[in-house]
Amino acid sequence: MELTTFWFVIIAVLWIGYFVLEGFDFGVGVILKTVAKTQAERRAVLTTLGPLWDGNEVWLLVAGGATFAAFPEWYATLFSGFYLPLFLILMALIVRGVAMEYRSKYGDEKWRGRWDNAIVISSFVPALLWGVAFANIVRGVPLEVQNNVIEYTGGFFNLLNPYGLLGGLVTLSVFVTHGAIFLALKTDGTIRERARTIATKVGLFATVVTVAFLAITVTAYNDKLEVYGLAALVAVTWLSALGSNLRGREGYAFLYSSIALAFAVITLFSALYPNVMPSSLLETASLTINNASSTPYTLKVMTYVAVVLTPIVLLYQGWTYWVFRKRISAEQIPSPESGVLDFSKLSK
Amino acid sequence: MSSLDLARWQFAITTVYHFIFVPITIGMGFLVAGLQTAWYRTGNTKYLKATKFFGKLFLINFAMGVVTGIVQEFQFGMNWSSYSRFVGDIFGAPLAMEGLLAFFLESTFLGMWIFGWDRLPKKIHLASIWAAAMGTVFSAYFILAANAWMQHPVGYTVNEARGRAELNDILAVLFQNTAVSAFAHTISFAFFTAGSFLVGVSAWLLVKNREKAMATSTLKLGLVTVMITFVMIAVTGDWTARIMTEQQPMKMAAAEALYETTEGAPFSLLTIGTLDQSRPVFQIDIPGVLSFMSTGDVNGVVEGINDLQAQYEKQYGPGDYTPNIPLAYWGFRLMIGFGALATLFALITLWRLRKNELPKGRWFLPAMISMPFLPILANSFGWIFTETARQPWAVFGLFKTEDGVSPTVGAASVAFTMIVFTLLYGVLAVIEFKLMIRAIQIGPEVIDISDLHEQVELGGDSTKKLTMAY
Repeated sequence: MELTTFWFVIIAVLWIGYFVLEGFDFGVGVILKTVAKTQAERRAVLTTLGPLWDGNEVWLLVAGGATFAAFPEWYATLFSGFYLPLFLILMALIVRGVAMEYRSKYGDEKWRGRWDNAIVISSFVPALLWGVAFANIVRGVPLEVQNNVIEYTGGFFNLLNPYGLLGGLVTLSVFVTHGAIFLALKTDGTIRERARTIATKVGLFATVVTVAFLAITVTAYNDKLEVYGLAALVAVTWLSALGSNLRGREGYAFLYSSIALAFAVITLFSALYPNVMPSSLLETASLTINNASSTPYTLKVMTYVAVVLTPIVLLYQGWTYWVFRKRISAEQIPSPESGVLDFSKLSK
Repeated sequence: MSSLDLARWQFAITTVYHFIFVPITIGMGFLVAGLQTAWYRTGNTKYLKATKFFGKLFLINFAMGVVTGIVQEFQFGMNWSSYSRFVGDIFGAPLAMEGLLAFFLESTFLGMWIFGWDRLPKKIHLASIWAAAMGTVFSAYFILAANAWMQHPVGYTVNEARGRAELNDILAVLFQNTAVSAFAHTISFAFFTAGSFLVGVSAWLLVKNREKAMATSTLKLGLVTVMITFVMIAVTGDWTARIMTEQQPMKMAAAEALYETTEGAPFSLLTIGTLDQSRPVFQIDIPGVLSFMSTGDVNGVVEGINDLQAQYEKQYGPGDYTPNIPLAYWGFRLMIGFGALATLFALITLWRLRKNELPKGRWFLPAMISMPFLPILANSFGWIFTETARQPWAVFGLFKTEDGVSPTVGAASVAFTMIVFTLLYGVLAVIEFKLMIRAIQIGPEVIDISDLHEQVELGGDSTKKLTMAY
């Protein structure tokens, strides 16, 4: 395999990691207020994410860094081109991280209520926008050659086309379903019941938009036969996830929804290949794995690094999921109404 | 303002802000790990108390460091796409390595540590804070190697056809002396910052007559950290200055507002320059010191700004190669000054502590309250100096800052994001600050001895209340 193709695959793997992992914690964030009503329930829900969310988010940072290292032209064109959506995602990620960490520090209801709203919104925004961004990449955006480099010339509103928005609905609803399935697996009692119901309801909506989105993708923005097969695999594994959820097999449901997400990313990347950002204006202005890539030397160096480190990362991150595998119920939250920084805690 | 000016301001604001939290995270990670190790070894609960108390403060700070760090990774592509295209083949590699080696390590193991008190056997729980702390240091290394390449590009060739710099020696980029010395200097300062933080907080508790056993230990730990790292800062600073003089003589000249090439150059304590900043009108000098700092010899020759400007014009073509002199001059002095002031406070406190008492003067409490802030100011001015005195270059001698900005992003967009970032960061600073103050006021939590002797099973017990919940 050419190194450029290998790195295209690595980037896809990083996005699979990101969507599977932070996908569920965006989903959990969006339904926080729906699935959990009391303080004990809310805190149980957030605690399922507690040890995991930050490690999940690193997949995005590494995807960004790897794109910079392996495909600098892609990184430069994409990040300067999708300026406002990325800015909104950044704002959301900043607020979200702080909200998780600070929300339960005080018992004060107003304080917690505000942070809960912040968590819902800051999970909703990236869950939607990642879909919009990826759909636009697959669809092709206005790219032109200016001063010898390929620049995005489409502006912000160009991204809000029907297919792009449909992509946004797909990631939003799929992440919500995936998050609800995760919660059903990781909690007990009322939260678990509510989460399973949400997974079924939102899951059905997600099925409709995803099938529509994939149908358009494979027919309009793809010229490879095998991508039809991949899209079918997304649908099959996704329906298996919903079926398992209905039958109360939460572990399988989560496994299938994770695989469905992985196949979805593979479908999009396969449709793209060998482009990384096709131009909707002129084929010669498309960014490809060749004209966007780093030198063979840099790719070789990065290949050594990735081949050595990725398995280690997967091992220890997988191990965290094992350590924190047990269900958490609302009853396990110690004094749910109070915060560690309430003045009542003042030591004498 | 042009999109160039705005992008520069945005970079300055977001980076300086991010770096408020970084040194505390790096230094405190290790100090907390050390405290927990002391508890693990001795079983003395004062160390557990200290671990949990300073751990809590560390985490309030860490959250801010993490979220503001994400912006840094995106910002190069968003505001500086031409820069990213030019340097990506080289600059991207350490960034990707940082993510893969450092970010995963610190975030995964910190999550284990925060939530692992009742899920992990003691030994593994202790190992997780050490792993997280190691992650922060790896992170520092890679990003400083990337920055060192901007100060002194090595291991590359320029591909004219592709219009970019291309990597040909990764080891040169990762291990050049510019990177190693910057790392040593920055890490020393990170520990200095965390030590000062410990000193300030512990002294405050002692003055308020609270938690005597714990606070005395942590005060000593903080003071010793400050004193040791002060020596390390001086040694690494001297090393860094010599490398800088050799590789970026203009930066050293700017730091000293030294306009004419001078033999046996003095170190100036105060300079008032003419308005066009072409020559000083008043200076207080210490003879020979600058020459010694830059060359290791009191009679050594230090090149002046005017000569360097002329030399660069010949080398790189017409243009202004002189950075903002007052900013460099004062940035350099404020870095040293704030660091020295914190060291002085620590030294006096340590001196009194030999008789097991605290200094009695009215200056003491305000001084201790200022302790956590002085190194933060020193750090900020140090970086403001390092980055602005490299201008007009983004990559010294190779790529100018003005050529790096994203051509497709308009000034209005950059202005918009800059204003929103600044407002958001401002609000978060207030929240973070209040949480810190509150956490310090509340002080360490009471340790329940009955919990301590239990053996924790891997994965914990789901019939019990959790020790830690969000």
